[in-house]
Amino acid sequence: MTVDRRWQISLRIVALGYLALLLLVPVGLIFFRTFEHGVASVWESITTPAAIHAFWLTIEVTAIAVPLNTLFGIVMAIALARGNWRGKGLVNALIDLPFAVSPIVIGLSLILVYGVNGWFGGALSDAGIQVIFSVPGIVLATIFVSLPFVVREVTPVLKEIGDEQEQAAATLGAGGWTTFRRITLPAIRWGVAYGVVLSVARCIGEFGAVSVVSGKISGQTETLTLLVEKRFANFDLAGAYAASALLALIALGTLLAMTMIKPRREEGDA
Amino acid sequence: MISVTGVTKRFGDYTALDDVSIEVPDGSLTALLGPSGSGKSTLLRIIGGLESPDAGRVVIHGEDQTSVAPQRRGIGFVFQHYAAFKHMTVRDNVAFGLTVRKRPKAEVAAKVDELLEIVGLAGYQKRYPSQLSGGQRQRMALARALAVEPKVLLLDEPFGALDAKVRADLREWLRKLHEEVHVTTLLVTHDQEEAMSIADQITVMDNSRIEQTGSPRELYDRPETPFVMRFLGPVTQLGEALVRPHDIALSLDARPGSHEAQVARVVHLGFEVRAELVLGDGEEIAVQLTRGEADELEIAVGDIVHVRSTAHPQILRAVEAPEPEPDVLSA
Repeated sequence: MTVDRRWQISLRIVALGYLALLLLVPVGLIFFRTFEHGVASVWESITTPAAIHAFWLTIEVTAIAVPLNTLFGIVMAIALARGNWRGKGLVNALIDLPFAVSPIVIGLSLILVYGVNGWFGGALSDAGIQVIFSVPGIVLATIFVSLPFVVREVTPVLKEIGDEQEQAAATLGAGGWTTFRRITLPAIRWGVAYGVVLSVARCIGEFGAVSVVSGKISGQTETLTLLVEKRFANFDLAGAYAASALLALIALGTLLAMTMIKPRREEGDA
Repeated sequence: MISVTGVTKRFGDYTALDDVSIEVPDGSLTALLGPSGSGKSTLLRIIGGLESPDAGRVVIHGEDQTSVAPQRRGIGFVFQHYAAFKHMTVRDNVAFGLTVRKRPKAEVAAKVDELLEIVGLAGYQKRYPSQLSGGQRQRMALARALAVEPKVLLLDEPFGALDAKVRADLREWLRKLHEEVHVTTLLVTHDQEEAMSIADQITVMDNSRIEQTGSPRELYDRPETPFVMRFLGPVTQLGEALVRPHDIALSLDARPGSHEAQVARVVHLGFEVRAELVLGDGEEIAVQLTRGEADELEIAVGDIVHVRSTAHPQILRAVEAPEPEPDVLSA
């Protein structure tokens, strides 16, 4: 028993130490450096027109990308877990592409397709739509990099619950949509929620692909992460820390929202 | 009445059902009995509309339902692993079919109360399935299936996931429930004792085909194939014939048609005595005797006795006919 106990304690220390070294200390330091010179200067640097615009652009892009990916993710997960169709294996592998390919490459490939000299670029600019170096490009890049999260969270949950409950609902007279709304969706809701949280985090934090396609026009196509990078490159360290702290706060808020809705699950299932 | 004609179902190269026809009489409790892989669950799922047959027809109460969706067949289906809606209370589970049909709230509440009373879960309305035992979950699933007043009730190994004691209790309970509710019921099971004890008609399946249909008594006393004979109870082979161990008589002297055998082992099981004998050709057979018979004969290990079948001659079956070639192999 005593040996077990000692093992437990040392394992905990190692785990916590690892987390602290890699996560808590750097993030904590950002907050420390941010507020080193008082709250007033921080407030000033995150309320410049460029910063406010970057903040809202980040929120806007996330608000478009996450719902779209959630919808796509749920439909795709059902197709992968329940369906039996030709090419399923290939699609399954393709979904992981955004994880496998570097975001910079994703950004460049978007330019190849939608850029002025790209496949659709000419047709799109004739129609008066500018994708690259504009908000649509940022949205496309963000959707691309955050595509797999919901699918990958929901598919295993669907497989685990099996289709007996859905079949039972069908024999009780429920049509496809009713079965989805009343049986399938409640059963996968925690998988969906977790996928959404991960997607939100990734959308807010995306840098590489967005940096390539955005053009980084201050006040127009500059997201929060791009603002942080620009300020850092211009030796405005205090400004960079302030914007980073804002990013970290949004991320923490998302995680908090997740942990706050989670206890309800235990109530329901207990 | 459920009437299935000429149903065939293949999964890839595997033939799960091969030209199967059965009839389930109105108000009966029929068991589909067979070993695992015999196709009985597939047949049930086809009747329920959860699978579609490659050929053949399913008619329920005179209406062709072959290509009708499960939602509109008017069936109740109970699954082996309950298929409880885990995120809903017992009340909401049972009410599901009625709320889907948008019945008035008061009617739903009254119906749910009535059904939970019948299945003995009256105090459990607000519980979640995870707070119920396996037997309770299955009774909830039955109430849920009965709530929509199905024309037929289909049960797929409903007690298969339960332990022996609960299974025996629920079996008894289902029999009584059926006497009260009288809905045409088809139950799939691999347990011959279960089928014999609750069904008024049994259809035995093997190898994707129907072997025989009849009352439990008919199947036991007049099996049409060696498979049915073996599947419904212990069997011993005497010469060219298959005989039940309790249909063999022992005597100390030779009688017409008797075989000589040596006693290898005598087991006293309370009222019953089981003797294991070795025939002249080295074949081993088991014989079931009452204690009185055994005492009278005073049989002991090493004795030479004479055995003969006392079964009605027509029950005697020639040694198994060669197994029919499964179509899978020839296809």
